[in-house]
Amino acid sequence: MSDIADRVKKIVVEHLGVEEEKVTENASFIDDLGADSLDTVELVMAFEEEFGIEIPDDAAETIQTFGDAVKFISEAA
Amino acid sequence: MFDLTGKAALVTGASGGIGGGIARALHAAGATVALSGTRTGPLEELAAELGSRAHVIACNLSDAVSVEALPKLAAEAMGSVDILVNNAGITRDQLAMRMSDEDWAQVIDVNLTSTFRLCRGVLRGMMKARWGRIINVTSIVGATGNPGQTNYAASKAGVVAMSKSLAAEVASRGITVNAVAPGFIATAMTDKLNDEQKGRIMGQIPMGRMGEPGDIAAAVLYLASPEAGYVTGATLHVNGGMAML
Repeated sequence: MSDIADRVKKIVVEHLGVEEEKVTENASFIDDLGADSLDTVELVMAFEEEFGIEIPDDAAETIQTFGDAVKFISEAA
Repeated sequence: MFDLTGKAALVTGASGGIGGGIARALHAAGATVALSGTRTGPLEELAAELGSRAHVIACNLSDAVSVEALPKLAAEAMGSVDILVNNAGITRDQLAMRMSDEDWAQVIDVNLTSTFRLCRGVLRGMMKARWGRIINVTSIVGATGNPGQTNYAASKAGVVAMSKSLAAEVASRGITVNAVAPGFIATAMTDKLNDEQKGRIMGQIPMGRMGEPGDIAAAVLYLASPEAGYVTGATLHVNGGMAML
């Protein structure tokens, strides 16, 4: 697993308080990991800080799963 | 009680009577304060009076760029913004039939839109801190209406509904959002009324007197305190019984 994926996973595990095994490629933050809409905003904020990138609102809306996040950040960072 | 030591508060409209009173009360409780307003003279005077823990940040609330910058400048000056008091407001009174689109828009822009923008601007820091206090100063006329103030009353009622919605969004993060609704308070704004107008208003106040800036400041201080942590989405009416809501 890439370094980016590890760092994203760490943020998700810490923020949502979920088991690491549950954070899989297709795991949806809201449907599978128990995030509410405010959690998803906070996750995006945390990704922005961790990776020093800007995630515009329209892009943030497309980040639904752990895989989406890793893909977006890999392309942006 | 009501110890704000270590907290940083941004107060808009701090050059006015009520805003100055609010800044003094928060400062006296130990908070560091950022005083904002358009007129820097009175802000500098107030900062000098308060001594340490007081910063002056000029801001024209009808300018969107200036409004976006304010929370960032305040956080740079104080390290964070833990308490936001949206107190600034303007009036452009006119009978509805004679009110221009410009008078309408200016009041909505400054009183409602800039209040929203400042709330949005401080949320990131408050969410991360899992603590925050937003207090929006509305008005009795936002609940009762007032002839000649369709724009002002609409902006103030809008602030109340906005506060409630925002309160629901961020409650789970330890952030409270409340409103304080002054009745008639003795300030430069109400000094302009003539004796007949004042007499008529006084007749509607069971307490038999106008309020003082300190009456409003005390309500804001309470809502800013750790003790008010379970109060959110509320409007605290401070009006001498003029409207019992």
